[in-house]
Amino acid sequence: MENVRNLINITDLTLDEIDHLIEVADDIVANPTDYQDICRHKKLATLFFEPSTRTRLSFEAAMLELGGSVLGFSEAKSSSAAKGESVSDTVRTVGCYADIIAMRHPKEGAPIVAAQKTVVPIINGGDGGHFHPTQTLTDLLTIKRRKGRLNNLVVGLCGDLQFGRTVHSLIEAMLRYENVEFVLISPNELRVPEYIKEKMNEVGVKWTETTSLEEALPKLDILYMTRVQRERFFNQEDYIRLKDSYILDLAKLKLAKEDLSIMHPLPRVNEISVEVDDDPRADYFFQALCGKHVRMALILFLLGIK
Amino acid sequence: MNVDGVKNGIVLDHIKAGESMNIYQLLQLDKLDCCVAIIQNVKSEKYGKKDIIKIDTELEVDLDALGYIDNHITVNVVENGELARKLHLELPETLTSVIQCKNPRCITSVEQEIVHKFKLVNKEKKTYRCVYCDAEYK
Repeated sequence: MENVRNLINITDLTLDEIDHLIEVADDIVANPTDYQDICRHKKLATLFFEPSTRTRLSFEAAMLELGGSVLGFSEAKSSSAAKGESVSDTVRTVGCYADIIAMRHPKEGAPIVAAQKTVVPIINGGDGGHFHPTQTLTDLLTIKRRKGRLNNLVVGLCGDLQFGRTVHSLIEAMLRYENVEFVLISPNELRVPEYIKEKMNEVGVKWTETTSLEEALPKLDILYMTRVQRERFFNQEDYIRLKDSYILDLAKLKLAKEDLSIMHPLPRVNEISVEVDDDPRADYFFQALCGKHVRMALILFLLGIK
Repeated sequence: MNVDGVKNGIVLDHIKAGESMNIYQLLQLDKLDCCVAIIQNVKSEKYGKKDIIKIDTELEVDLDALGYIDNHITVNVVENGELARKLHLELPETLTSVIQCKNPRCITSVEQEIVHKFKLVNKEKKTYRCVYCDAEYK
């Protein structure tokens, strides 16, 4: 199993490898016919123990556009997990059927367990509130395409920063680029976990915490909005109290730079008002498109094709 | 007070006073079929007071677990009544099956067969994080 590459955390990839994926993603857009049959006879299994629209469909669309096939399940109750089967056993079995596995699981660390049990590459499509590296690749590609760079940026992250796995992965990824400053905007109850702060301090990156979106907005190059996720709360009262903490609308956007890029991993509930969708700074649907391109590049990379 | 010496076995010295019973349980010394002596509150020049455990059998001690509990403990290996080796402990880089992750969101909370494993992330603060979910052990 030593030679198998997995993507569990974004830091499993070197900066050169991320650059390579971004290049391939751009080449896929420039030369689509070169890629349309490149994964013929290869199968991707999507094991989604937790519901998802974008991540699962973008993985499936990515594999189909590469000429491959897909199989899998989209919720735990339609798999043997409902009968009590372990992640280990499920993955060991599916590894006999597919060439590569993309999985999402509500429990943190599930893909690490999976990777220990199979010889096919595992892609973490989100494990609880922990990591979501392919969203991060999506985010990096979006930032690169919109800003032309991944360094010298002030990045604001807003909303649920405690359970928001996309936030944790994005911070870890951007820590490795020069002169990136983080502004962490959240209610006090949903601040970034300590281990992420420790990592930022280790690297010596500049970061600040605030509860005010309005205060943070004027200095940002990127505003990364997140949803307060109902499914991460054990206590529904806490969820109801915190869910409407930040709502971005056109009035607030007047405080922002002209070239701000507004990103969101989606799905949104109400944290970005629909009126913002037509603003040229709204990049969240473009981000979804980038997600497909970068997942195509990732599948090729992990399968060792081209 | 006299306690017989060990002929072939192990003497755990410099145990923090009051910790010997925890170590006795952790190393499951109650399951051994040999003489085990726990000596508490022994005078110590270094620490004021200390505990000592003498185990009168050759035993593979989990040095990682012991190092995690107290890396000041000295492990003396006795052979034929003589001190053969003296081992000084360090905080282990990884801990396997010694402590359990308490994060209810961790995969180890639902799949019982997974071995609990932690990595040392801060030596000074003695901070360990679960290799699966990154939760700090407290």
